[in-house]
Amino acid sequence: MTEKTVTPTVNSAGYDVPPELRQSVAITTLDKIWNMGRRYSVWPMMFGLACCAIEMICTAASRYDLARFGMEVMRPSPRQSDLMIVSGTVTKKMIPQIVRLYNQMPEPKYVMAMGACASGGGPFKEGYNVVSGVDQYIPVDVYVPGCPPTPQALLHGLMKLQEKIDRESITKVRWYQKDEIPAIPVPILGPDIIDPRDNAAIREMASRKAAPAAPAAQPETAEAPAA
Amino acid sequence: MSEQTPVKEAPANPPTELEKRFPGAVKRDERAGYEGHIVEVAKLHEVAAAIRDEMGYDFLSSVTAVDYYSEAPEGENFIEVVYHLYKSTGGGALVYRVQVPRDDAVVPSLVDLYPGADFQEREAWDLYGVKFEGHPDLRRILLWEGFAGHPMRKDWKEPYFEEDVKPFKNRWPEGQVYRIEDRNPVGKNVSYPQGFDPEGFQETDDPRMYESLERSSQDFVERIDTEQVVVNLGPQHPSTHGVFRMAVRMHGETIVGLKPVMGYLHRNHEQIGERNTWTMNMPFTDRLDYLSSMSNNFGYALAVEKLIGEKAAPPERAEYIRVIMAELTRISNHLWAIGFLLNDLGAFFTPALYAIEERELILDIFEATAGSRMMCNYFRFGGVARDLPEGILPKIKDLVTDRLPRKVEELDLYLSANELVRSRGEGVGVITPEEAIAFSAAGPVLRASGVPYDVRRADPYSIYDRFKFDVTVRQHGDVYDRYMIRIDEIYQSLSILRQALKDIPEGEIMNGKNPYQVRVPAGESYGRVEGPKGELGFYIVSTGKANPHRYHVRAPSFINLTILEKMCVGQKIADVVVNLGSIDIVLGEVDR
Repeated sequence: MTEKTVTPTVNSAGYDVPPELRQSVAITTLDKIWNMGRRYSVWPMMFGLACCAIEMICTAASRYDLARFGMEVMRPSPRQSDLMIVSGTVTKKMIPQIVRLYNQMPEPKYVMAMGACASGGGPFKEGYNVVSGVDQYIPVDVYVPGCPPTPQALLHGLMKLQEKIDRESITKVRWYQKDEIPAIPVPILGPDIIDPRDNAAIREMASRKAAPAAPAAQPETAEAPAA
Repeated sequence: MSEQTPVKEAPANPPTELEKRFPGAVKRDERAGYEGHIVEVAKLHEVAAAIRDEMGYDFLSSVTAVDYYSEAPEGENFIEVVYHLYKSTGGGALVYRVQVPRDDAVVPSLVDLYPGADFQEREAWDLYGVKFEGHPDLRRILLWEGFAGHPMRKDWKEPYFEEDVKPFKNRWPEGQVYRIEDRNPVGKNVSYPQGFDPEGFQETDDPRMYESLERSSQDFVERIDTEQVVVNLGPQHPSTHGVFRMAVRMHGETIVGLKPVMGYLHRNHEQIGERNTWTMNMPFTDRLDYLSSMSNNFGYALAVEKLIGEKAAPPERAEYIRVIMAELTRISNHLWAIGFLLNDLGAFFTPALYAIEERELILDIFEATAGSRMMCNYFRFGGVARDLPEGILPKIKDLVTDRLPRKVEELDLYLSANELVRSRGEGVGVITPEEAIAFSAAGPVLRASGVPYDVRRADPYSIYDRFKFDVTVRQHGDVYDRYMIRIDEIYQSLSILRQALKDIPEGEIMNGKNPYQVRVPAGESYGRVEGPKGELGFYIVSTGKANPHRYHVRAPSFINLTILEKMCVGQKIADVVVNLGSIDIVLGEVDR
């Protein structure tokens, strides 16, 4: 690195380094160093759900080469990974496992919703077994649009994640706070998927419904005509 | 288009062969647009056994249910179970069906005659609530035990239900978009039976599955008095090719029982397909077997074109483009399959990297032609969506005559004789030809077991009868042969491609205009193609409206999995992933 670029980009803590020391001394913040290490070693979980997983594999393969970002180390175990790429349609049958995997990941952990399905249900949103967006259950950091997103789009999403990491500060991030981060309750496969956080609302909803066959989502303003 | 119905006699009165053989039990289906026969429910098993043993229809291709429901009391109200059968020596379909009342849908199971009906009957039970009497393990397969209702029935409405058919009228009421989840009290895609209390609810799916696993490994338990271990592989497992789960019961390292658990990617393809218009379904078929979207397009287009008839016959150039795209798809799929089979064998990612490199070149062609790498959405009823772009043909020619043969030979050279591949593959997961046919295995799995059955040859569609190619076949039925057959098929596909590229004419690519809506006459049709994974069938029923009444996919990956337990029992746990890899499943198609 040249002298010019060292001073403004790394030395941004407000200290003026004397010119004779600029070749060997750099003053920066702990946050910067911390984040730099973190942003170049985001290990994704080897975790594919559907079509998007194929594009994720292609991103990791030779042509797009995820290794350029230090992200080629795909870990099959959630315990060793930093990033969960939710690559595909999230179904009701699968969401308990996804939440469980998310809980098993150590902090700091990031979640990327890859593709339309993981972001909001996508083309399959109306399906009876489809969760319309993984963010209904676990927090998402980056959404990548596309069906499926091309490898370029995924790479763009990963760079956005890096930018997000750059803005973190170790004094503020939640995993260095005193309080313990509670695990997300794992949904249960009942007559329909049950999110334990919604128990009260579910009881409410089940008690006031009149016709058992009618859908819950039937709007009050009955626009839906009979077939 | 080829005529696929040898049993469909002239519409005159003389009784058909089947009617003569089973007087009273079988009658011809008289409805317009329908083929085949209606069998008395009580006689189904007897008739099916005779059809298999006397007439030689040994390959049960598809079993599915159709719900004929009308709210009016005098309307038709029954569930129909449709069977499509073929001879493993080739030829057209034999169709028979049974009709049962909706509130008491009980049909004798055919699993003892055709073990390949196992998963399909479970699926019909799961989605339609048809009880198959005598089925050894009638559990839900795509959803879970305890799910409320049978969702494919026409009177079952999903939580996000808006209207019966698309396009929805109220997408923009008063010029304002609304999100359907805002109208749900929980804000999610859920609904519960009245009075349901979520507190302290216990799941019942897994216990029932373990019970069934224990039952299937019972005789082993009695003979040897040791403790057995149950291991779950998946749904999050790097070697299950997606969200597939296997519960394996082991004695030491030897497998005594295996139950596949699926449905983790069940995204209601068929139900959404019945809300969609005919054309709207095309992009959805891309997402079935997402490694070979062009083949899926092909199958669906064929099924619908068959129903529309001459009006939708694709012009010559379109037929050639279709074949070229389908065969390129086959190559790209097999490259992927080989790469990831090697992955499962322990050669982590290196062979896959080389295979993906070639696949990317094929995807480039798809991107140039259809606009998307994976989800091509390229076929239309009566042709293809757009013509080949300028300059793409030389590119394909280059790939097909030079680069791909070279690279496939390279893969073949380095992998096929490899000691590790051979010792992990030879004699592992052996399937005899009889078993393969009985279990309705299709595609490479069937042909690797010594059954030379290829839909392109056995029941030619499109213009496949013009090309010279060998139906690849291997004799041992083990993992190694299932690997080798894919290499063989790549060579055959390259040969077809070379012929097609030589002969491709200029001209139209669509029969008429590419319509926004198609009119499909009432009736049913079953279109099938030889997809890269095996026989891919689309069963559609039209009532003459803008939307399909029934839209069913006979997914080769799904049905090939029926044989997985048989393949694995008696083998070591390490062979399970290899066996699974050699079937080459794609979860989008397994779970739909």
